[in-house]
Amino acid sequence: MTGDDRELLDRRLLFVTGKGGVGKTSIAASLALLASQQGRRTLVCEIDAKGDLADAFESGPLTFSPRELAPNLLGMAMDTEQSLREYLKLQLRVPMLGRIGPLARTFDFVADAAPGVKEILTVGKLCYEVRERTYDLIVVDASATGHVIGQLAAPQAINELVKVGRVRDQTRWMVDILSDPAQTAAVIVSAPEEMPVSETLELAGRLKAETDVRLAAVMVNKVLPELFGRAEEEVFHALQRPVTTAVLADAVGSSVDQVGPVLDAAQLAVTLRRTRAGHLTRLRDELSGDVPLMYVPYLFTRAHGVRSTRAMAEALAAEIGY
Amino acid sequence: MATRSTSRSKSPKRPKARKADGTLEQLCASKEIVVTCGSGGVGKTTTAAALAAMAAAHLGGKVLVLTVDPAKRLATALGLEEFGNVETRVPEELFTAAGVEPQGELWAAMLDTKQSWDELVRTHAPDDGTREAILANPLYQNITGKFVQSHDYIAMERLYEIHASGRYDLIVVDTPPTRNAIDFLEAPERMADFFSSRLLRWLIAPYKSRLYNAASKPFYLIADRILGSQFLADIAEFFILFQTMYAGFVERAEAVKRTLQDPRTTFMVVTTLDAAPAREAEFFIDALESRRLDLGALVLNKVLPEYFINRGATGVARRLASDPAAVAVELPAELGDPALVERVLREVGESFLNYRVVATREAETRAELSRQPEIVASVPFFESDIYDLAGLLRLGEQIWR
Repeated sequence: MTGDDRELLDRRLLFVTGKGGVGKTSIAASLALLASQQGRRTLVCEIDAKGDLADAFESGPLTFSPRELAPNLLGMAMDTEQSLREYLKLQLRVPMLGRIGPLARTFDFVADAAPGVKEILTVGKLCYEVRERTYDLIVVDASATGHVIGQLAAPQAINELVKVGRVRDQTRWMVDILSDPAQTAAVIVSAPEEMPVSETLELAGRLKAETDVRLAAVMVNKVLPELFGRAEEEVFHALQRPVTTAVLADAVGSSVDQVGPVLDAAQLAVTLRRTRAGHLTRLRDELSGDVPLMYVPYLFTRAHGVRSTRAMAEALAAEIGY
Repeated sequence: MATRSTSRSKSPKRPKARKADGTLEQLCASKEIVVTCGSGGVGKTTTAAALAAMAAAHLGGKVLVLTVDPAKRLATALGLEEFGNVETRVPEELFTAAGVEPQGELWAAMLDTKQSWDELVRTHAPDDGTREAILANPLYQNITGKFVQSHDYIAMERLYEIHASGRYDLIVVDTPPTRNAIDFLEAPERMADFFSSRLLRWLIAPYKSRLYNAASKPFYLIADRILGSQFLADIAEFFILFQTMYAGFVERAEAVKRTLQDPRTTFMVVTTLDAAPAREAEFFIDALESRRLDLGALVLNKVLPEYFINRGATGVARRLASDPAAVAVELPAELGDPALVERVLREVGESFLNYRVVATREAETRAELSRQPEIVASVPFFESDIYDLAGLLRLGEQIWR
């Protein structure tokens, strides 16, 4: 699908999620970069502080206080304890913050004991930034499949658990932001392999059933190029015959020992592409028809880091239709 | 039941600069627990199942693969409709069908977090009333069902329970895809800490004795304002109930920890050579080392063939990519239209060079990672998915010897 998905980046809050290993962080980083290149003041936020997002921009460790990664683009790492401090300071105007004593220990306790506290502090911080309109767009490198549901459902869950109190008042406006498809959406990153496709389908179902967040797109990452059409493939098979391979070796002034692996490599590429195409078909068939499916080509790049983030942003721009 | 010697004591830790000369076969023969770890999407579950299948086929004894989140396909491959919390034997016919006469038995089970927690509560609750009150508590449901940490703990707890039962000669465990890679190693300890924490007692105190500790007042004031006092009371009630199981819990957590540190337990780190999983694998290797846990093996998955970094082949690919026309005219005319042949040659050359970029990067990552463990095994990029036990055994053959 190309050309009519431009509204993807017109929202305020975009959760990018997916199974581990599919390139969730790379896609989140590239989407954020693309948005910033288009003049949107963008924040990209890493939820699981593993440092992958910092690597995508070669920026050094990210912290709770945003730092500039590129023009128009800021990056931060979620830290629930810091989020609580900010919340206490801003929302409750708790005056004696310094005198609470070991907030960290108290926090650990509350966070471990009360379900959803870490989740609400995570989503709460993001919603707060949306409400304050500090940024045009916040791209969230969200938690992997499974955990993300807990996070997105947290405000609603707390609403149900906590009958009175400050938190209940607070969660209401969060639910309003999260459930508004014009403001908030999720993107699932997938890959043309069995488990990622299965998890994508499952996650798409759970997003719909358990959260109020709209699924804006499924992005299939690492899509391998089609090597041959039918006619080309026939020629290729002919080349694989030992007699022809020998002629080919002569023609390039080399030996069968060295030409053989090159043909094997092409065969591997063809087979990989074909296996993956089957998984893609399943994804297309089983995914609800109103969810746009986008394809991001496998990038044969030498290095990770900011260069591959830029390359992927370009590929995304083409796919989204800019 | 076939038995094999598990009494072989482990030789004292060898000096650091170890050579990669052992095999996974030897490792499985000398250990009772292999804990598989690695980041998500690297083929951890499949590798664990393949290793268990190989051990059952060739070493004998009873082998259990304990998995967390198996693909439907894996259950099918093991001839099971679906995994359950109950250990199930993999039919012997599947081995026979794969052309292998198994020496032992292969069993499989999936970890159901909720069910495992319930069983744990049943074991440790002091009386029926407490047990029912805990099981019915909505917070309990929330904590056991949704908390990542609770998955980590229960996986290790279940492992301990099965190992202690002595039902198996070898247990291969697949760990949960943890957010923080080391969570599950620390889970038993954190669980014990949590139940013995002063804060917990502090919080519960007023509900227990109605005696407010003056020092705790600011905390309650804030907690009340944030959470509402009813909710706070609910939490307290839950933990008062849970505390009745305190002694049992802490003791269990300690035992789980000892099992992980036991010389009969080893860890197998699984990764691909992609940058992010490889970095996490490195982190794992360090984490194991700093906790004095045994890193038995490193398995590299989906490794591209070595021919991609062959200089001669690369030369051929460059030639095909840069001047396919000159090569095409030398080939027999019956191959087809010269323009078509030219296009095929260019594609073949360019594809090789594309993958070569990736293979070169992978080779560097591999060199970085392979410094540490005694056993390094690599699995080639399989051209198709694994659909049956034969497929698992085929994968297993790649890493076994």
